[in-house]
Amino acid sequence: MAQLFHPRSTVISKASIVIVIIVLTSVIVAATEIYRSGYTTGQNVAREQPIPFSHKHHVNDEGLSCAYCHTSVDKSSFAGIPPTYTCMTCHSQIWTTSPMLQPVRDSYQTQKPLEWIRVHDLPDFVYFNHSIHINKGIGCETCHGRVDQMPLMRRQNTLFMAWCIDCHRAPEKYIRPRSEVFNMTYEYPKNQEAFGKKLVKEYNVQVNRITDCSTCHR
Amino acid sequence: METIEHTAVYEQPQPLIAEGHDYGSITDKISSDVLEKKTPKSLFMAFAVTFSLVMLLLLSVTYLFFKGVGIWGIRIPIGWGFAIVNFVWWIGIGHAGTLISAILLLLHQQWRNSINRFAEAMTLFAVACAGMFPILHLGRPWVFYWIIPMPDTMRLWPNFRSPLVWDVFAVSTYATISLIFWFVGLIPDLATMRDRAKQKWKKIVYGMLAMGWRNSAKHWHRYETAYLLLAGLATPLVVSVHSVVSFDFAVGIVPGWHTTIFPPYFVAGAIYSGFAMVLSLVIPVRKLYHLEDFVTARHLDYMAKVMLATGLIVAYGYAIETFCAFYSGNRFEHDMMINRMFGPYGPFYWMLILFNIALPQLLWLKKFRQTPWLLFVMSIIINIGMWLERFVIIVSSLARDFVPSSWAIFVPTKWDWFTYIGTIGFFLMAMILFIRILPMISIFELRTLLPMSGKSNHE
Repeated sequence: MAQLFHPRSTVISKASIVIVIIVLTSVIVAATEIYRSGYTTGQNVAREQPIPFSHKHHVNDEGLSCAYCHTSVDKSSFAGIPPTYTCMTCHSQIWTTSPMLQPVRDSYQTQKPLEWIRVHDLPDFVYFNHSIHINKGIGCETCHGRVDQMPLMRRQNTLFMAWCIDCHRAPEKYIRPRSEVFNMTYEYPKNQEAFGKKLVKEYNVQVNRITDCSTCHR
Repeated sequence: METIEHTAVYEQPQPLIAEGHDYGSITDKISSDVLEKKTPKSLFMAFAVTFSLVMLLLLSVTYLFFKGVGIWGIRIPIGWGFAIVNFVWWIGIGHAGTLISAILLLLHQQWRNSINRFAEAMTLFAVACAGMFPILHLGRPWVFYWIIPMPDTMRLWPNFRSPLVWDVFAVSTYATISLIFWFVGLIPDLATMRDRAKQKWKKIVYGMLAMGWRNSAKHWHRYETAYLLLAGLATPLVVSVHSVVSFDFAVGIVPGWHTTIFPPYFVAGAIYSGFAMVLSLVIPVRKLYHLEDFVTARHLDYMAKVMLATGLIVAYGYAIETFCAFYSGNRFEHDMMINRMFGPYGPFYWMLILFNIALPQLLWLKKFRQTPWLLFVMSIIINIGMWLERFVIIVSSLARDFVPSSWAIFVPTKWDWFTYIGTIGFFLMAMILFIRILPMISIFELRTLLPMSGKSNHE
């Protein structure tokens, strides 16, 4: 009777054990990497906007404060997208004929707001509030990065829950004095751990509660 | 003068293999059932029925994914309905396979050789059915893997103080070990099938599964070592898995759940129901495939005795549960027990006492242990009784907790029933496929029983 399997099949069957392990590992590694990449999370991807608005120009070159435009950031859950009037406080006087700003003038005349594309969009099942973060001494830059260095707006961070939780579990690492929240170039002191703990206590940050599920998922 | 007979008359045990068999005839019979003989018509019919039940299961699961668990009868306070009842029932059934294959092997109970393959297959399919239910019971079944500890993007870590997390480890370990044990036990027989198959494709399929088994002394030496090690690994699982399942209840504070007797009493119940299920399956298959020579009345007798013993442990569990409820002096425990017996679910309680304790006492009679159809009826009764036990524990405890304002009655919907019946269909269909394509009795292990066959006993 002829042999059922070729002698080579021994090697193949033994190699298949290794191959299966390699393939499985690569699939898992690839899947997690894709899941964490900017392609999926939108991290560091600049969005196309109706106007190529430059935060770098307005904050860094002109010295506007974040709250000049995002007026409700310390009072409301929503930081606020400025109405066209805010743009026109300056742009009714300067760059009045710039073709790039045509959509702003159109919006002003037609009373139809500009439709900005949201860059930091949390899922709907997350209850997020800007004002509590600002009032407890979390700087804009801590989450949004150096917006004053971004010609086009992009996400500095993944917005993964792990990223939220890292701070919620140890806010003393990221907290800063309230007076410094809008400061884009704030440098943490050398004794941040002790200083942070002091601020956490002073601002009454309830560390044992901010990791409850219902703090963010209501 | 009368002489007194001094020699005691010992009843000769029936042989484990009927007279007139040799190595060849055993192998011929078991392998030809799969390879050569025509599939019995009734098996096709059974397959058609069970296959339609699997379709019913798929339908129910699809509708469940579409609509959510609200299609079931679970309403607060009864958040654990059929899904958890069925989970505990199925996982309990699985235990017989592991007990037969591992513990009875270590205890040198050689009669197990005739039924271990069958019981192990039953274990695997029962665990598969069991595994479905907790996942289907989740609000979002597609993210069930969140309960596995892994470096995810949410920085979530399962709560290791929760018995539900222990469950995941217990059940997945159990499924893995059972599968490996079953497969390793199959290897020498798969090689037999490879060598006996006529068609090339069958040879190749069995050949690949046999993983190059050549029947050499070296192979056997390694095989025996591996099998014994696996049996050693599987042995603690017989006790641990259902103990962990019982923690789901015992760790909770609900009256009727919060009892230290639960782990041993659940384990005994698991083996009880497992043996009942083995008998419910083995008796018809034995008849259909004419396996009376290999699965003899003595085997049935032994299994019935295991049922009787474990059934008595279960009865002891019920008694202690009742006693503790009164002895504790705890008002809630006390009322729970009264309610369990005489409340809205009272009839189910008495039915389970009848099915699990009263009727099985007939097994003291040899006639009930050795007459296949009587034993079959008994095994079905015990299966139903054990299902009722889980139903009474879970539902009647939840329906009457501490505050009367939160009392309610559980009413299963048709989807509850469809899902449950669907898994029975899946289980039976898998069993049918198993007996059709694999040797349902371990050929090489059965051959080791030959010295105990009827013929050799007389020599």
